[in-house]
Order: sequence, then C-alpha cells, then structure tokens
Amino acid sequence: MVQTEGIRYWRDMRARYNLIGRRCGKCSRVYFPARSICLDCHRHSIGKMDPYKLQGRGTVSTFTIVHDGDPRFGVQVPYILALIQMEEGPRMTAQLVDIDPPQVTIGMRVHTVFRKIGTVHTEGVIHYGYKFAPDSMPHLRA
Amino acid sequence: MRDVAIVGAGTTKFGELWNDSLRDIGIQAGFAAIQDAKIESHDIDALYVGNMAAGRYIAQEHVAALITDYSGLSSRHISATRVEAACASGGVALHNAYLAVASGMYDTVVVGGAEKMTDATDAENTEILAASADAQWETFFGATFPALFAMMARAHMQEHGTTREQMAQVAVKNHAHGALNPNAQFQKEIDLDTVLNAGMVADPLGVFDCSPISDGGSALVLMPLEKALSHTKRPVIIRGSTIATDTLGLHARPKLTSMAATKVAGQRALTQAKKTIADIHLAELHDCFTIAELIALEDLGFVKAGEAGAAVAEGRFHLKGGQMPVNTSGGLKARGHPCGATGIAQVVEAVFQLQGRAGARQVKGATTALTHNVGGSGATVTVHVLEAT
Ligand SMILES: [Zn+2]
Repeated sequence: MVQTEGIRYWRDMRARYNLIGRRCGKCSRVYFPARSICLDCHRHSIGKMDPYKLQGRGTVSTFTIVHDGDPRFGVQVPYILALIQMEEGPRMTAQLVDIDPPQVTIGMRVHTVFRKIGTVHTEGVIHYGYKFAPDSMPHLRA
Repeated sequence: MRDVAIVGAGTTKFGELWNDSLRDIGIQAGFAAIQDAKIESHDIDALYVGNMAAGRYIAQEHVAALITDYSGLSSRHISATRVEAACASGGVALHNAYLAVASGMYDTVVVGGAEKMTDATDAENTEILAASADAQWETFFGATFPALFAMMARAHMQEHGTTREQMAQVAVKNHAHGALNPNAQFQKEIDLDTVLNAGMVADPLGVFDCSPISDGGSALVLMPLEKALSHTKRPVIIRGSTIATDTLGLHARPKLTSMAATKVAGQRALTQAKKTIADIHLAELHDCFTIAELIALEDLGFVKAGEAGAAVAEGRFHLKGGQMPVNTSGGLKARGHPCGATGIAQVVEAVFQLQGRAGARQVKGATTALTHNVGGSGATVTVHVLEAT
C-alpha cells in the first residue's frame, strides 16, 4: 500500500464537496465527474469544457444493499448503494442515507447531503463527500 | 493476415492451490499446453501472460519475465509480455497473441493466464477486485463488484421482469456442469433453494450468485494454420478475435441492463468469422455473477433482450437436453475464476469440446464455439469464435 493512499483523494475534494462537473461548450452536455473531452463532440470540445455546478437533485436509477463491504466501508454495512440520475443529465454512484432499505424504490426523488464517506484503513484518514437522501420519507407521504 | 490455429491447450485445477505459488501455477499451465502441442521449449518465439493484480495479491510485478525465467527460457531471451485488463486480462492476452501470429511476426506463441487470489483474505479480495472499477468515482463511494452487478440485476428485474429464481437457475446449471469437470473448483451439484437461501452479498445477489475466489492458470499454444497440422490432427482455428471497450464507470453508460461492449465485440467477431449466432454450437460466457450470464446471452443475440431468464429456466442452455450448451466447464461460477486465467480457461474448454475430448461434458458434433470474457463491469469485453478442423 502506497503511503499517499488517503491523500490522493484530496485532489477531488473541491469537485466532490461542491458537485463541480463540466459542461461541453459545443453541445451543452453536462458531465460529472469532470471530463476534459466531450463523449459526443470529441476534439471539437477541447478547451470548451467549462466548470458546471450540479444542483444535487435526481432520481434513483437502480440500487443495491451491500452486505459484504470493502474494508474501507466495513463499519457501515449493510449500506445502500445507488446510481442517481441527476436532473442535469449525468448519473452518479453514491450511497443512500436517512432511509431504510425496504423503502427504497427505483424512480424515487433524492438530493445530496454532505457526509463522511469512508476511512482509509492504513492511515485512518477520513474522507467526506456526497451521499443522497430521499426528498420525502415514504412513510410520511402515506 | 495468416489464419491462426490452437495446437495445444492445458490448465491447472482451479480452486485453493495452497501448495502452489503464482509462478508454479503459470509454469504448470504452460507446460500442459506445450506437452499437448508436442513442441519443444526452443520452438517458442513469444509468451503472453494475462494477469490482473499480482502486484496487489502477492507483491510481485514483472510477471511475464518471471514466468519465462522459471520456465527455463531465460537463456533464449524470448519476447514476453504481461497483459492486464481486469478480469478480461486472459482474453486480451489471447487477442494480442493472435495478432502476433496472424501478422507473421511470430510462428509459435504460448499465451497463458494465471492468478493467485487465495493468499488474500475475503475483505482484501473485495478491495483488490474493486480497483477494476473507477477508483475515484465508484469504489471511493462504496462500490464493490457484487454491488455493481447487483445494480444491473435490479435494473434488469425492473425493466424485463427477470426474477431471482431465474438468475439462480444459472448457478444451478453451471454447478451441474462443473460436477462433470475434474479441474473445476466446485464439482458438486446444488439445488435452487441453496442459491435462494444463501446469505446476501449485494442484494439481490447472494453468495451463490457470485463466482468464487480462485487460484489457477490456463494456457494455449498458437501457430499459423499451415504449420499446425504437423503438430496435431485436430487444430482449432481462431476465426474471430475481438476486443471492445466502453466507459470505465457503470454510471456513465446509457443502458444498465446490457453491455454495449459485448454487443460490439460479439458482432465484430461473428463478422470476422463469417458466421451468425445460429452457427454457434456451444459457448463459454463470463458468468462472474448469475445476472452477467443472462445479460451476455441477450447481448450476443442468443435470445432477445429480456428473455434470457426464462430461456435458462427452460433448460435451453443446459448440457443435458439444451439446444446450445453454455458454460459446459462450469463457468466462472463452478470452474472457478482466477481472474487473469479465466479468458484462457474458457478457450481451453472450447478447444477440448471441438476436439472431442471433453469427457463427460462432451457436446456431440460441436464444430463452432464462442467465448466471451468481461473486464470490470463491462469496460472491456473480448469475444473469440473458434472452429474445429
Ligand atoms: Zn459536446
């Protein structure tokens, strides 16, 4: 294990804390995480991929309940991992919180919350970033 | 480009090979293939080795030179190349070996795959395997490989009505096949309830929906077809050999219930082979998780999208009574899944089948086979189309 295991994730801190992706200046397609080349416009997008802040709202595309975690997430199991379709277009991989697994449904509306993500076991460095929480609790809606 | 033939195939047993190191496993597999091909070590021009993560597993990089050296070939100074493409390392190594012979650069090439995974704990394995996903934007947030395939499974259930029982039937089928394979990690049949009642790894995938952690190695010897007949009466011709890629992250793909790279690699390989999917008599598909075999059956065109679950449950892909047996070796699920070896092991099984020496697993009259090897959650896919002579 490289000694900078925990430190290297600091490079993404600004994008991760503030949901900063990129938008293609040619076709307006939005990307998160950031890309420097648009998947549709290729070389015509180079130099035109401007920083773009996502609002943090989306819907659940699919999800799973993870029972066997990577050691970095060992204390969190079982946790809900989901792909979130963001309103601006990109899809993101993140955990769902503030909801019990049986209440999660595909298509449910969620928003980002700022949370502790995990601990790198070699050094105990704690990383923070986004998770998603439901817009309204299903049991309150009934 | 020259036609390329496989003149030798060999494999170690798969499973926990406690007494064998990575170099032992690589050498045993290579030696088995060389013996099968009836060549001498001084005939070998080049070696390609598929290996996913020896650096993480056993703190050993530079694996191609290592295996060449301990095979006794250091004084011959042959060309040796390690290939890494996650769990598709073996398939990608074979494609490179194929190109080396087809181009005319080399005449006799050994291509193998090997992985030593059982020295690591289950938790370490989860972490090492997860490194094949996007480390910064998937793994960092808690994605594991079972989790990524579980999310595809749930999307498939939602879109097509696929059930847990249908997925479980893949495991039941592949264990039934593995029971007939003396080199398989699991040589024991299991029933549907065993799969359904197993503990969850990543819902809706349980322990028996997942391929195991394995040690093992497999190897092939390739030659131009015109030279192959002097080594074997039954060379197997590589009619199609392709690699296709896609986004590294699952989240960046438009469709979650299909792998575009499988569709493209399959179509290109069939076009190259001048075949259609109806010409295929048996297939070894990448069933790292039960849902993966269903998605592969659909993407390769064996069934329409959404129909694989029902087709497997009906027995269409069973060795006994099926129309087109899939994973006669037991697949990744029962044969075992030493990552770097898998893409080669699939072809070893196809070669044994096409040469009529698959024993109790023999598919009668099979002349054309397809193998499908996936890296990550679908960012690399290789397909090979093989034909008996
Ligand atoms: Zn664009």
